[in-house]
Amino acid sequence: MDFGPHLFLAMLEGTITAAVLALTAVGLSIVFGVMRVVNVAHGEFFMLGAVIAWWVTTLLGGHPALGFVVALIVAPLLTGLIAATADRIVLRRINYDPERTIVATIGLLYVIQQATLMTFGPEARPVEAPFNQRIALPWFEYGIDGFMLIWPWGLGTTTYKLAVIVAAVVILLALWVLMTRTRIGLIMRATQLDREMAIAHAIPVDRVYALVFALGAGLAALGGVLVVPIQQAHYLMGGDPLLLSFIVVIIGGLGSVVGTVVAAILIGMSDGIISVFFSPTLAKILATLFVAFVLVFRPQGLFGQRPS
Amino acid sequence: MTLLSTRGLSKQYAGLRAVHDVDFSLEKGEIRALIGPNGAGKSTFVGMLCGRIPASEGQVVFDGSDITPLAAHQRISLGMAYTFQITSVFARLSTRENVALAARRLSDSTPRHVRERVYKALEQVDLQDRAETLAGDLSYGHQRLLEIAMGLAQSPRLFILDEPTQGLAENEIESFKQLVKTLAVDATVLLIEHNMDVVMQTAQRITVLDFGEILAEGTPAEIRASDAVQAAYLGTG
Amino acid sequence: MTAKNPGILSHPVTRSALLHSGVIVLLAWLFQVLPEYHSGNLARIMVLAVYAMGYNVLFGYTGLLSLGHALFFAAGMYGLGLSMYWLDASPAPSMLAGLISALVVSGVVGALALRTTGVAFMIVTLMFAQAGFLTILLFGEYTRGDEGFVLPQADRVLFGLDLTQPANRYGGALILFTICLGLVAWLVQSRFGKTLIAIRENEERARMLGYDVQRHKWLAVVVSGTLSGASGAAYALLFGYAGATFATVQYSIFPLLWVLLGGAGTTLGPLIGTLFMFYLIDISSQFTSAYLLIASVILILLTLFAPHGLAGVVRKRLIPWLP
Repeated sequence: MDFGPHLFLAMLEGTITAAVLALTAVGLSIVFGVMRVVNVAHGEFFMLGAVIAWWVTTLLGGHPALGFVVALIVAPLLTGLIAATADRIVLRRINYDPERTIVATIGLLYVIQQATLMTFGPEARPVEAPFNQRIALPWFEYGIDGFMLIWPWGLGTTTYKLAVIVAAVVILLALWVLMTRTRIGLIMRATQLDREMAIAHAIPVDRVYALVFALGAGLAALGGVLVVPIQQAHYLMGGDPLLLSFIVVIIGGLGSVVGTVVAAILIGMSDGIISVFFSPTLAKILATLFVAFVLVFRPQGLFGQRPS
Repeated sequence: MTLLSTRGLSKQYAGLRAVHDVDFSLEKGEIRALIGPNGAGKSTFVGMLCGRIPASEGQVVFDGSDITPLAAHQRISLGMAYTFQITSVFARLSTRENVALAARRLSDSTPRHVRERVYKALEQVDLQDRAETLAGDLSYGHQRLLEIAMGLAQSPRLFILDEPTQGLAENEIESFKQLVKTLAVDATVLLIEHNMDVVMQTAQRITVLDFGEILAEGTPAEIRASDAVQAAYLGTG
Repeated sequence: MTAKNPGILSHPVTRSALLHSGVIVLLAWLFQVLPEYHSGNLARIMVLAVYAMGYNVLFGYTGLLSLGHALFFAAGMYGLGLSMYWLDASPAPSMLAGLISALVVSGVVGALALRTTGVAFMIVTLMFAQAGFLTILLFGEYTRGDEGFVLPQADRVLFGLDLTQPANRYGGALILFTICLGLVAWLVQSRFGKTLIAIRENEERARMLGYDVQRHKWLAVVVSGTLSGASGAAYALLFGYAGATFATVQYSIFPLLWVLLGGAGTTLGPLIGTLFMFYLIDISSQFTSAYLLIASVILILLTLFAPHGLAGVVRKRLIPWLP
């Protein structure tokens, strides 16, 4: 493929990455925004979503779409439940102290990862997409007769991948409605703004925290379910989403959902493009150093206002 | 001889002028009190003197040198001692180690010299019997005294005391007034205070701040008689 | 009233010297009595305990939690490893190369990372370490990446002694451990060490006593990083292998785990923690392959219930003067 179509393909793949990344990163952002803690195990919730999706579709058999739809519901709920439990027995006990939480969630990361290794095994396992038609995509070429539409071999996508983008947008919109138009969303935002006042208004902050932690985990799990027909489920698949989510949230400004979405698009695209044209390892190195330098020189991120 | 002075010192926060264009000067050996209603900018002003808060504009001059660009720790090592508004000591270390940390920073810090300074400082505040107690286990009043001992161990030229009598019992306040007088023997003292009784009985001169500016300056008698000062305190409520 | 004049035996410096020398003597004696399997383990433990001690300087004594120390360990490991493997350098200058690598890396990373505090510091150190790990993979042509490379036995001869022989290897580990323990024990009693403790206890107060807090923290990172690098270099030299695994996040978490378990802010805590964890994993790996799971559960339990660690508890309940 020539450069043009190749770039187009890379950008398309980047958009899909961005869509899934946006979901995962928003989960992390909400948790930090409301609870003021950094959850290093967030990537593992993503992985759990994918792994549970595999379990569900394998157990149910039958048409892939059936299993997938059930997984879409079960995986986030189950992951959310695990998260809420972790919040109850660990995080609440250490009173959400920022440094202890990081250490505890590192422990949680390995517990989830290793438990998955022990039950799921070290191999990568595929999950069939509910629908998967190939769509060839056109590209422009300037020829003797002016602009022509051509259909380069290799330039295409699938209906499923497009559906993932749509699904991510729908979920994020639903989340926005939840946060801004419902009572629960109001309670969450109130707790984020002023914890003491929330307590004074008889808001059960402990329960809100458990809910928020579960919600964050559930969003990550949703991302995992959506991506597993494309990527395959593997017990180590949480590492990259964690790193990318971190970057997105830090750049977008910790706690700002809009910033997170914008940053997700930026990062998803860049990661896709660099990975395609250069080596994925280099892309990751640049990404990691980028996070470090943003934190060192501009701690409020690119969009956020308060210093972290 | 002027020990500390400021020229046009200001602090601007987004939308709020906390301190505005203050020209202040402190003579060597003085006991000066800085008073003013809540929100007058006293803590901000003092923060800019010792370097905890960077100034938006203006200069701070200590013993003839412009210290405006210096960081807090550098200013302290030039001969300032600072006690916090809310007592800040090393709670998990012993009283003795707290003072030793203050003494050790000086240039003649052989173990013997440090030991001598520590005990001398503790004796001046009458805490020598509690040298081995953990600082966090001391009563609030004693912790405040500990902070002063830490200041004494540095043999400072300027003592900045930020609301030193807040939270002290009556008898502790009485002994404090005596202590200030002994501090002033070797050092200049700048005291932020709300307790008018303490101010009137210890200060030689008083500076009154209001809305980030100097409202009045003078002897206790002059300040007591000033209508403007009365209005500031009663008016703002 | 004069300062108390304690007898020589209860003077803190003497007590400390006696305690630490006693530990060294014990370790030397153990080589004679332990079967080879266990003395081999102990050699490994001593080298890793130096890593833990390095970490402890920053975490236990200065109060800064880094999640990126594997970078310094690996800097030492590869500094020595690459010198010996590609440049055919002999052990002594390679050791120096390892130390210098760790020194430089910790100096640079420290200067950058210390512009942040708390959670941001943890993430920044984590990120730098990850970048380091990925860089090792990127230059796989020289570093052999995950697979790593072996340092041939014939090269690992120091001052005429073949370090692959158990006795020499143990001796080498013990000497490294002794030097580093001595250094740390001296450091924590020195004026510098006491200032670090003050910064840990109340940074703002330390600043307002006139201490240059930033400079002290940076020096702490450099000392901590160099000790970690010494451990990494020694590990490669004594056990003959360098690999990217030692630069992963896990190897940044292990010293935290060892120090938390053994007792942060104590000189012997790191050794105790490393020893304990090593044998816990050794024993449990006979039952399950998920030793990381066990390590993580312990990490969570420690964070919840025992922030002082084993030596810390001893210091609180039994021996208050434990350095």
